[in-house]
Amino acid sequence: MELLFFYLVALIAVISGFLVVKCQSPVNSAISLVMTFFCLAVFYVMLHAPFMAAIQILVYAGAIMVLILFVIMLLNLGAEANKRYAHSVAGGALAGVVVLLMVFYFLRQGEATGMKGPISTELIAQIGHTELIGRTMLTDFLLPFEIASILLLVAIVGAIVLAKKEV
Amino acid sequence: MLDTYLPILVLISIAVAFAIGSVVFSRLIGQKKPSAVKLAPYECGMPLIGSARERVSVKFYLVAVTFIVFDIEVAFLYPWAVVFKQLGWYGAGAMGFFIFVLVIGLIYEWKKGALEWE
Repeated sequence: MELLFFYLVALIAVISGFLVVKCQSPVNSAISLVMTFFCLAVFYVMLHAPFMAAIQILVYAGAIMVLILFVIMLLNLGAEANKRYAHSVAGGALAGVVVLLMVFYFLRQGEATGMKGPISTELIAQIGHTELIGRTMLTDFLLPFEIASILLLVAIVGAIVLAKKEV
Repeated sequence: MLDTYLPILVLISIAVAFAIGSVVFSRLIGQKKPSAVKLAPYECGMPLIGSARERVSVKFYLVAVTFIVFDIEVAFLYPWAVVFKQLGWYGAGAMGFFIFVLVIGLIYEWKKGALEWE
């Protein structure tokens, strides 16, 4: 049952991912991307990572999609977006095949050593996914967490410098 | 554990079924009497002036970035709120610095007039 559900969601994810590339209008592509994000959120839930699922919808399907849509509207591609460039299609196809081969290579090379980290599924079920993330984020990964705030500050300053007439 | 998500699945199923059903049934059993006025592009009852696909002002970009930054700040607050009691003042201090840096950004935006729509 769960496997069947996984394949159903995976099918929707692949189809909507294909539509992102295939849609004529960039806005339609962006909406298809939202669908892909939702499917990924379902996968996170199935992997017992509810916090990741919530963030996937909140930040990716919410905030980042808003930015992507605004950028599409700012650029206002119009007729430009409907053009198809043969050499870019060929280049993209080539890059796709190379990436696919690499993925297969690494999957074949990869060897399950049996080594596992300290966080197990039982531990996550016992303590809770969000608690574990919160504790690790504020203790072991405190510095990257604080650097993230500086990254966000840079984003604010950069946006003002770009968008404001006189800074 | 996944059983607890069953209500969400039911909700999504009903929402999708309702959305698809509305479109399909109005297509199937709805009346179609097209006229020139009905088929015309419609915007608030006004006759159209040019294309709707104008270039959007860059001011919207500033709004979007502000929204993203503070949305991510809130996303970081959730795991902290869950372990708030365990970590106590240490966690509050760590999160305090995080928020302090972003408040600097907020004050900067405010001073530069990025929150105004002039």
